[in-house]
Order: sequence, then structure tokens, then C-alpha cells
Amino acid sequence: MEGFKLTKTQELQKELFRKFAEEEIKPIAKEMDESEEYSMDLIQKMQKCHFFGIPYSREYGGAGADVLTYTLAMEELSKVDASTGITLSVHTSLCCSCINDFGTEEQKQTLLRPLVDGSKIGCFGLTEANAGTDAGGVQTTADKDENGDYIINGQKMFTTNSGFADTFVVFALTDKSQGSRGMSAFVLDRTMPGITVSDNIERMGIRAASNCSVNYENVHVPKDRLLGREGQGYKIAMGALAGGRIGIGAQSVGIAQGAINEVLKYVKERKQFGRTINKFQNTQFKLAEMQTKVDAARLMVWRAANAKDNHENYAPLAAMCKLFASDVANEVTRGCVQLMGGYGYCREYPVERAMRDAKITEIYEGTSEAMKMVISGAMKV
Amino acid sequence: MKIVVCIKQVPDTTEVKLDPKTNTLIRDGVPSIINPDDKAGIEAALRLKEQTNGHVTVVCMGPGQADVALREALAMGCDEAILLSDRAFGGSDTYATATVIAGGLKTLDYDVIITGRQAIDGDTAQVGPQIAEQLHIPQVSYAEELKVDGDSLIVKRQFEDRYQMIKVHTPCLITALSELAKPRYMTVSGIVDAYEKEVKVLGFEDLKNNFDPANIGLKGSPTNVYKSFTKQAKGAGTILNVTPDEAVQAIMDKLIEKHII
Repeated sequence: MEGFKLTKTQELQKELFRKFAEEEIKPIAKEMDESEEYSMDLIQKMQKCHFFGIPYSREYGGAGADVLTYTLAMEELSKVDASTGITLSVHTSLCCSCINDFGTEEQKQTLLRPLVDGSKIGCFGLTEANAGTDAGGVQTTADKDENGDYIINGQKMFTTNSGFADTFVVFALTDKSQGSRGMSAFVLDRTMPGITVSDNIERMGIRAASNCSVNYENVHVPKDRLLGREGQGYKIAMGALAGGRIGIGAQSVGIAQGAINEVLKYVKERKQFGRTINKFQNTQFKLAEMQTKVDAARLMVWRAANAKDNHENYAPLAAMCKLFASDVANEVTRGCVQLMGGYGYCREYPVERAMRDAKITEIYEGTSEAMKMVISGAMKV
Repeated sequence: MKIVVCIKQVPDTTEVKLDPKTNTLIRDGVPSIINPDDKAGIEAALRLKEQTNGHVTVVCMGPGQADVALREALAMGCDEAILLSDRAFGGSDTYATATVIAGGLKTLDYDVIITGRQAIDGDTAQVGPQIAEQLHIPQVSYAEELKVDGDSLIVKRQFEDRYQMIKVHTPCLITALSELAKPRYMTVSGIVDAYEKEVKVLGFEDLKNNFDPANIGLKGSPTNVYKSFTKQAKGAGTILNVTPDEAVQAIMDKLIEKHII
């Protein structure tokens, strides 16, 4: 990014994401939402275009693009389907970033490479039934056996992508007496005996995304699957979530912009009182207000992404962009449904799905309340 | 196999309006794309490259802004890109355009040249065949399928009511139909690489010995647009709610009345 403008490279990347979303995702988004099942065929198409390794180095098989380009993917794909956005986000900014930031060279070559070169899909298991915003309350354990390997036991909740993921980054206590400081991060394979994934959890929105509880029963994890050092788990998780928020901010912008784009078409066709409803000042002003907020949210997302690309302290900026953009996504999708009236409420039009999908952006990867904790903390209030 | 693809950047719609004064297309505010038939040509070239461990050079004649079309082709997997660009080339008709492009292609080594059948803005379908004529190589137009057979290509050539299967020796020129190959997407890494590569720009000075300068640009164009206009819509048709037999009779009566039969 230069000033407030995308570079030529980023513009062409955006065009790729836009075209892919229109041609490959839009036609099946409604069907995936209704069947509550993500298309594996679509995942393969995205892998082929290198969508699953956008901000990662070529050295490890990534696409070698920047974080800002990744936010463009998140926005463009979420414009037509927020479920695709979260599928990409959890893989890229939660699962892969843990290995990229804390893995040894060997772990990056063996565990990160297949994730970012488009061969495997990853997920991230931190949240538990009793450990949500209070992530330090994780109860899953990792006990050392006589060979120095680990035996993991516990149950994780709301693990996005777990229905089909190959690689699981899992957080467990290696020292129960230390609380969050006794937490460590591990990289597991789906094929390891003792891992059971539940059916999809029934949800309000992003219904096409895979989201399940995962049970770990005496899962034997070799010691070379520990990420970083014992006790670094909480730090690793918080780091990944801080980066992930930029992606969720971009997803929120996409959901909102996608809904506005649909409404723009509708108001030029829908006639009431003898004229199309775009001629009414209420429609014009409402759309002007909504677009202004979406643009502001987008600039905040780009600022946070730019800071991460420049290795600056991006965590408070990421929290701010997510707090603001997720609020905008909810307000704008509600406004879009309202502008379309009864038709907006019908499942025939995609704004209904957008409004349901928007809600989660205020909850996952840190609730809006948790964002305020991060922001006020950075302000030293 | 050394493959060259010629592409054109065109406005992204068939609904563009004409400027009544200049009789040219109004391009302002209309996004530009790679001409669809040419994009199928890129895909066909990339498949030939994959089959033969070949090399694809993409060539475009146009203003500086056509750079993005070449970057897109690189991001799809082409190896090299050349932009033929000079004020002296402006205003060229199909003959003058083919002259410039053929001049550019003379700087390259090739086994196969692929162009699109026709561009959605001009719809002439003349430039590909004229390039082949100027380079004195065989050509097969309207290619729907393409297969490598030793030093030759086997081309399925589409007609309205039949196909021709043509075996042609290389070097040759093929004009591609959109049906020839569904273009692949760019890749994220391909785009990163595309902007790290150099797009070679060749202008009049670089090419002046490869063609007769009297045959290029507006002055070198044997044809020019005399008049262009938007077709007026015909009146509404007649709908007859009758039985099939009566309908046949009604149509026959009308055709006889109009002396068509």
C-alpha cells in the first residue's frame, strides 16, 4: 500500500479474488449455507490458486504476498460468502501463523509447507466449553510420557475447519499448577489415534463453515510436535489471535460491502409510489451513511495490515479495526435488509444470509468486549 | 515447443457506446479485460507448454495501460511478455496492426503463434490471419481443439455445420475460439512473480527495420471507419395465439407476401 492506494500488484490480486468469488463461490453460497456443508471441490480450487498460503514465504511454499493482500482476499471472498472467509482465516492467520512464528526450521519445512502450498488444511483448537474469552482457563492436558512425548487429553469447542482439517494446532496444559503459563502449543495430525471430531454444531450464521467440538483421548504426540517451548502456549495463541483480527476486520468489511452491492442493484429496480426507490432521499442518505462507515472500516483494516507488514506494533490497531468493522457489518447488513423490506428478509436474497453471518464477527477471535480490553490496555487507561 | 500468444486489451462489455463525432469507442469508465478468445489462446498455449515442456511468450500491441493485461497473462503462467507500444502505431486498422505485430514477432523464435479468433470490440477476425500471411506461415483459424503430433499440430476447425480436422506443420498460426480452452485463474504467487518480471516494450525505433513504415499507423491503414452508428431497434414482433397448423400458414403467407419465397 502506498498512501491510501493499493499497489498495482495488490489491485491485480484483488481482481483475482473478486472474479473467483463471483464465478466460483457466489453460485453455490446459498446452497452451502442451507446444507450446512462446505464444498471440498471449492477448497481444492482455492488451493490451486494459492489462496491458502497468501502471506507466507516462498521458502516454505507460500505465495509470498503480504498481509494486506490477504485482507483483500478476506474482503472479496466474504462479499459473497462469509463462510469462505472464516475457512480461509482460521487456516491462514490462526493455524499457519503459530507454526510460522514459533516453529523450528524443520517444523516449518515439514508442517507449515503442506499447509501453505495448498496440500493440507489447518485448524486451531484453543476454546473449550469453559474457556472462551477466559482462554487461560483451558483444561486440556498434555502429560509427558517416559520418552519425553506428550499424551493429550481434553475437549475443544467451536474448532472451525475441524470437520475436514488435516492439521490441528492444539493448546494444552503441560503444567497444571501454572495456569495460562503452563500452557503449551502442539501440532497434531488428524490421523493421530484418539482424535474424534463431532458433527457440525448448528449455528445462526456462517453455516457452511465447518465448526465442531473435538475430543482428544490419550492422543500420543511426539515431542517434536511441541511449538516453541513448554509454557509458551498462551503467548502463541494470543499472538495468532491478534493477527487473526485483521482478517476478521476484513471479513466484516466484505460482508457489509457485499450487502450494499446487492442493495444497490435492488433499489434501482424496485418501484414504490410510482418510482424506483433509489429516487427517495431516505434510500440515498442511508446508503451514503453505510458506505462511509464501510470505507472507514476498510481503512482501519488496511492500516492494521500495513502495520503488520512493516513489523510494527499492530495488536491494538488490529483490535480497533475488528471492533469497528464488526459493528459496521452488523449495522450495515441490518440496514440493507431494512432497505429491501420484506424481500430483504427472504432467503431468496443474499442480504438475509449476510445479516445472520455478520453477528459472529462481534464474537469470534475475541469478542467486542475483549477488543475493548486490548485497546484500553494499549491506551494504559 | 516455443509458443507465442498475441492478446488484445478490450473494454469489458459489448454494450460500450460510440462517440458519434470520432466514430470510436468511448472507453472512459469501462474496465479493460483480455479479449475472451485471446484468453482461451493463453490457456491453450499454457497447455501446450505443459505437454511439451515449452515456453510461452505473450505479445500485446497497445498503449502503456495494456501492461496489466500482460501481467495477467504472466500471472496465469506465461514466461515472458512483450508490449508493442508507440504513438506511431496508433490508429492502425487490422492490416497495419498485423504489420506491427508481425514486425514484433520477427524478433522472436517460435513454433506456434496463437491469436484469438476475433476481438469483442472490433469483431473483425482479420488480424490473426493477416499476421500469418505477413510471416508467410500456414494458418488454421477457428480452432476448437488442438493436439501436438510430432512437428505438427492437429486442429479441429469449427464451421457452422461441420468440423475440419487439419494437420499443420510448425511453424504455424492458430486462431483460437473461446471453446478451445477454459482459461485458468491467475494464482496469488503468479501475480507476485508477474510484477517482479520485466515487460519488454518495443517501439517504432526497435521495429522499423522489420516492416515498411508506410504500412503502419493511421496513415498506413488502407481502411478507415467511414461511419459508425448504433442500430435502431426494430418494432415489436407480432404474437399469434393460434394452432401450429395455422401458425405455419400465417408464416408462409407472410414470407410469400414479402417475396422471400
